[in-house]
Amino acid sequence: MAEIRIERISKTYPGGKTPAVRDVSLAIADREFMVLLGPSGCGKTTLLRMIAGLEYPDAGRIVIGDRDVTDLPPRQRGIAMVFQSYAVFPHLTVFENVAFGLRMQKRPNEEVRRRVERAASLIQLEPYLQRYPSQLSGGQRQRVAVARAIVMEPSVLLMDEPLSNLDALLRLEFRAELKKLLADLQTTTVYVTHDQVEALSLGDRIAVMREGSIVQVAEPMVVYDRPAERFVGGFIGNPPMNFLRASVAAENGHSRVTLGDQSLVAPAALSNAVDGEVLVGIRAENIEARIEQPAEQGALAGEAMVVEPLGSHLLVTALVGGQAVKVLTRTDFPIGPGRPIWLRPEADKIRWLRGSDGVAVQV
Amino acid sequence: MATVSLPESSPQLADAIVRRRGPSRWPLYVLAGVLTLFLLLPIYLITIAAFSPREALFGFPKSLLPTQISTDTLAFFLGSRGVLASAWTSVLVGVITLILSLVIGAPAGYALARFAFQGRDAFRMLILTTRAFPIVILAVPLAVTFLQWGLYDTVLAVALVHTALALPTTVLITSSIFIAIPRDVEEAALTLGCTPVGAFVRVALPLALPGLAASSLFTFVLSWNEVFAATVLTVSNRTLPAQVFTALNSSPLPYRFAGGFALIVPSLVFIFFIRRYLFNMWGRVTR
Repeated sequence: MAEIRIERISKTYPGGKTPAVRDVSLAIADREFMVLLGPSGCGKTTLLRMIAGLEYPDAGRIVIGDRDVTDLPPRQRGIAMVFQSYAVFPHLTVFENVAFGLRMQKRPNEEVRRRVERAASLIQLEPYLQRYPSQLSGGQRQRVAVARAIVMEPSVLLMDEPLSNLDALLRLEFRAELKKLLADLQTTTVYVTHDQVEALSLGDRIAVMREGSIVQVAEPMVVYDRPAERFVGGFIGNPPMNFLRASVAAENGHSRVTLGDQSLVAPAALSNAVDGEVLVGIRAENIEARIEQPAEQGALAGEAMVVEPLGSHLLVTALVGGQAVKVLTRTDFPIGPGRPIWLRPEADKIRWLRGSDGVAVQV
Repeated sequence: MATVSLPESSPQLADAIVRRRGPSRWPLYVLAGVLTLFLLLPIYLITIAAFSPREALFGFPKSLLPTQISTDTLAFFLGSRGVLASAWTSVLVGVITLILSLVIGAPAGYALARFAFQGRDAFRMLILTTRAFPIVILAVPLAVTFLQWGLYDTVLAVALVHTALALPTTVLITSSIFIAIPRDVEEAALTLGCTPVGAFVRVALPLALPGLAASSLFTFVLSWNEVFAATVLTVSNRTLPAQVFTALNSSPLPYRFAGGFALIVPSLVFIFFIRRYLFNMWGRVTR
């Protein structure tokens, strides 16, 4: 168990035009499950590989526990890694695969056998210990990869998109299993994924990355409800957060936010914080939909364009002042394409962002 | 939903469905047959002759079918002066060539596969171009050099030349073998306590072994068949091809047939074992 401190790490690949990782700093607490989330090419895997020691940074320091590991090779860092492609050794049995690290440490046979069997039982691999990887399914090979890492009882467990090569059903099952297993083990874990559902469900905290930098680090619900910038709100959640362009002006005692020929009332502080254009960020499930104008203030009129039944609710895409808004309603909501719809965002769930750069403002 | 009704089954219809559309392929088959005959006929005739008694060899017309089997001819060949000794020399040269090519070539192949270093593409091109030098041109200057070094007429000299001939293919074959081994398997070994060398020995090498074995066999056969450099570079320590070649003009007919047979056999055996590899390379997967 160890905390990890990443201090101002940068890396540009030789021949690369832009840095893969730009001046990134991150502190991961002991026993924390930290998820690195972002789209392809954002630098999350590069960052993970630098923690592992498979890549070396151009600048900065990495500290694991109380040791500066920046220049140390992987075998001296006290880490264990699960690769996206599992990377199990084809020429060894499952038992020897899991035992590989222990054999490298020259542990006595009795200890190796005991620890391998315990890891195998934690991950339901006991019937397969004498098989070769070519005789296993993808999901089983995945378990071998995880068992091989946890048997080492590492200070830090690193996982590079371990679920992305599994089919959807298996991914769901294994995600829950993994969460329980890692919660029981209490090992500091860094987990890379591009799947925001995985990130929300597994992480103690999520570090959202874009183009080599971390844009927000927070608990899942904070990242979900209060994204730091437009990119985060649009990347997390299904459907993504709605962002409506509007202009803001001060009025006595409050601000007025205008979208086309409609307007909303907003806190006074908003017009102080934002000059001109503002983005109204609101999630589909935080908008109250009505087919008639509600008595309360703060509703916007629009027209429903598409209605998609999702089983548990309806996903309605509506046009408000020329902008598309997605709303989730109950399944029996009487709406159809072309019909008028009234949308009332819950005031305390609105996330206000500056129009110029998409950065959230606190009001 | 519309349904399609097929006409009553007829032989012509079945034929038309089974036969592929497009120009008929029999010219291709004829060509393949002719080429096969062209290559196999000499081998067949030599094999028959090698196992015929001496009288049959001098008879006329020669029969195409083996009428009498006898090991006289082969025995005569094997008992001829220098044949067994040169066969042993060939084996020796082949093994030394094999070892040298692997020891030098495999690490080079690994470096080409794993590391992106400056000049990598130029290096690869350079290796290929060394094969462009005809051995006929190189052999005489090499003989001169070896004379100066005191290496002339030794097994080592021939092995060195054969290694130089075999290295390009060894490096390129081993490089593609190592490319086929996914990088992350070695990286996994690094995270589990291996040094880079350890990861190579414990993970990459075992996985590369079948390919390396094939490459070694190829090198051995290349060395076994090489006749020109061996002839020029040796007088008393001849390899088998060099021995047969130099004795050819003055040797009797049975000697030539038996010699030819002895020279062909290793290549035939090699191809027999390696044919699955070749088919895979050319796109047909066999069980």
